Amino acid sequence: MRTAPETRTEPAVPPAVPPAVPPLTRESAAELALRGNDSRKHWRDLTTRGKVPTRTGVLALAVVAFFAASVLLGSYTVTIPDFFWILGAHLTGGEKIPGASFIVMEHKLPRAVVGTLIGAAFGLSGALFQTMLRNPLASPDVIGISYGASAAAVTAIVVFGASGAVVSGAAFAGALCVAALIYAISRSGSLGSGGQRGDAAGSRLILAGVGVAAALQAVVSFLLTRTDIRTAADVLVWLNGSLNSANWDRAGVLGIALLVLVPAVALLAGPLRILELGDDTAAGLGVRVGAARLAIVITAVGLAAAATAAAGPVAFVAFLAGPIARRFVRKASLPASALTGVLIVLSADYVAANIAPLLLDGTVLPVGVITGALGAPFLLWLLVTSNRKDA
Amino acid sequence: MSPLTTTAAPAAALPAPPTATAPDAPARGPRALWLLAAVVVLALVTGTSLAIGARGLALETVWQALTQFDPANGDHAVVHARIPRTVLGLLGGGALGLAGAAMQGVARNPLADPGIIGINAGAALAVVTGIYVFGVASLGGYIWFAFLGAATAAALVYLIASLGRDGATPVKLALAGAALSAGLFSLMNVILVSSRDTLDRFRFWQVGGIAGRDWSVVLPALPFLLLGAAIVLTTGRILNNLALGDDIARGLGQRVGLARGITALGIVLLCGSATALAGPIGFVGLIIPHAVRFLTGPDYRWILPFSLLLAPALLLAADVVGRVILLPGEVPAGIMTALIGAPVFVWLVRRAKGAGL
Repeated sequence: MRTAPETRTEPAVPPAVPPAVPPLTRESAAELALRGNDSRKHWRDLTTRGKVPTRTGVLALAVVAFFAASVLLGSYTVTIPDFFWILGAHLTGGEKIPGASFIVMEHKLPRAVVGTLIGAAFGLSGALFQTMLRNPLASPDVIGISYGASAAAVTAIVVFGASGAVVSGAAFAGALCVAALIYAISRSGSLGSGGQRGDAAGSRLILAGVGVAAALQAVVSFLLTRTDIRTAADVLVWLNGSLNSANWDRAGVLGIALLVLVPAVALLAGPLRILELGDDTAAGLGVRVGAARLAIVITAVGLAAAATAAAGPVAFVAFLAGPIARRFVRKASLPASALTGVLIVLSADYVAANIAPLLLDGTVLPVGVITGALGAPFLLWLLVTSNRKDA
Repeated sequence: MSPLTTTAAPAAALPAPPTATAPDAPARGPRALWLLAAVVVLALVTGTSLAIGARGLALETVWQALTQFDPANGDHAVVHARIPRTVLGLLGGGALGLAGAAMQGVARNPLADPGIIGINAGAALAVVTGIYVFGVASLGGYIWFAFLGAATAAALVYLIASLGRDGATPVKLALAGAALSAGLFSLMNVILVSSRDTLDRFRFWQVGGIAGRDWSVVLPALPFLLLGAAIVLTTGRILNNLALGDDIARGLGQRVGLARGITALGIVLLCGSATALAGPIGFVGLIIPHAVRFLTGPDYRWILPFSLLLAPALLLAADVVGRVILLPGEVPAGIMTALIGAPVFVWLVRRAKGAGL
């Protein structure tokens, strides 16, 4: 990373849109401080060639390596030829190796696949929110969507004794309902009607989310005291976000959701890039600001809800994927955010499933505990360094 | 506690700065009347807290229990059992209200709240550690851990936010708090996931409430609480200056760093003791100062005493509602404040014209 040539000096290819400079007064000092001094160019050459594809390629290679590591290594190790032999036998209905076939095909592989899918979904969702609202605080876990999923899922588990797919369904529905509620609260007539007020609507979205999240968290805490301790322990694992119960069914449902949502993200990348220039400019360039915002919100919420339904609200992945990706590829990039999300989830899950049990008498931690514990210092570091740079 | 002397003291001790504070503030008369109204409200809610509960009692029975206590009378015993939680609600609520108001002033952030700047997370992690490592099992045992955790987390957040050139700016405080909270909660979950016994005890502390605590919980926290209240109540003028922005405050002769530090110390003492008393209770410290500003305007010398009076009223009211809303069970005050507080918060957010983060 250090030996790579400085990409900032590369002559920027003029984007399709004239680089309108948003008036500084519109930006709160906070946003500037957090975004660093590349705020105006970080979307500039989303589609141009240069170092970015190379770095995104590095991320993709890393994803492949991490995926392979999480399937092949760990407390049950498989050699590469064995893995392909098992996979081939599974697909063609050939002879199975007792034990190994089951562990690889029913445990390790679905776990890695679900981890990859939720990482990508959370990464994309967070990057969409953060870019659209022009605020690094805006990620599904901060603005309350994850808590909607949590409250619904915990209610389903504690009050109705649900498990498995019903919990996932409840989480999905809860996330969508709460997102709709927050959107309705924050709307109050001014969303998308131009510069200053559009920004205020973005802030309101975040603040309304923070308030709703706190209330839902209280509900979850209360429900935890109203059940027996076994259920409470199960609920806690779900609340942290865990891949322990990953299986092919979940991977399938999540895969179908992503097949719909990822093309939608690709379609929305263009309008998103123009929205980044400010609502006034975007409207002047012919973007229907209100409709574009709504479509982006729906897509981002769908991604977060699908991922949360599959694995619970894994902390910080959506929050961190965008900023980390931007530091690595030197500009905001949706594909890089998705890949970074995958890397975060896979590496954290490797630690949670294989290293933590050695330290904690065999307890397999939920992956969200690791992402939270590692994510917080990173966020603090981001905070300190970004302030130092442009103070 | 005589509210009139409490509130008169800071206003009298601090000579009004000529122009530094809200020149458009309403005249003193109406605010004094409002203050009286606040005292009455608090007294009424306190009475309600003694009178209302799972067991319905006539008002005269309550009065008799207070004036001519008869140990043999079961009803009187019920009333007396409600005294500790009422006192605890008064103390904890007052601490939360004062701390919330001062915190919003220091951080110049309308959303500053013990939950947001990481204090609750610090206390929670410390309590979990206390349960898991040291086997603490009583509410009385939790308070030292809660206090230590709250104070450490607050100091840490302040320290992290102070790194970098421009010091502890409002946004950095909020972000550092949010980040540290998330990290501490994750560490806490490591323990909770691996130890079911710890979870079983912790989940009841976590909801936050003022029920089931006795004097052994109140007394150890009291000195810290009073010291913190004394510090914060005298910072009205400091907060007024800070509200104008660091540069203007400096121009007015305020030593900004020192002022922030002193106020922060008071806040930590208040939040630490409130969390020790009642567990993590959200929204009281957040909402009350906002509501108070409607009555007082932006002058912190008035916001602080009003918050001191109205926050306990809110906490006690939440507790009373929680007692009767789910009979025969009881909803802890911490849950009720969140359920009451969230809509108010959302309303505040909608109302704000340019609610900046």
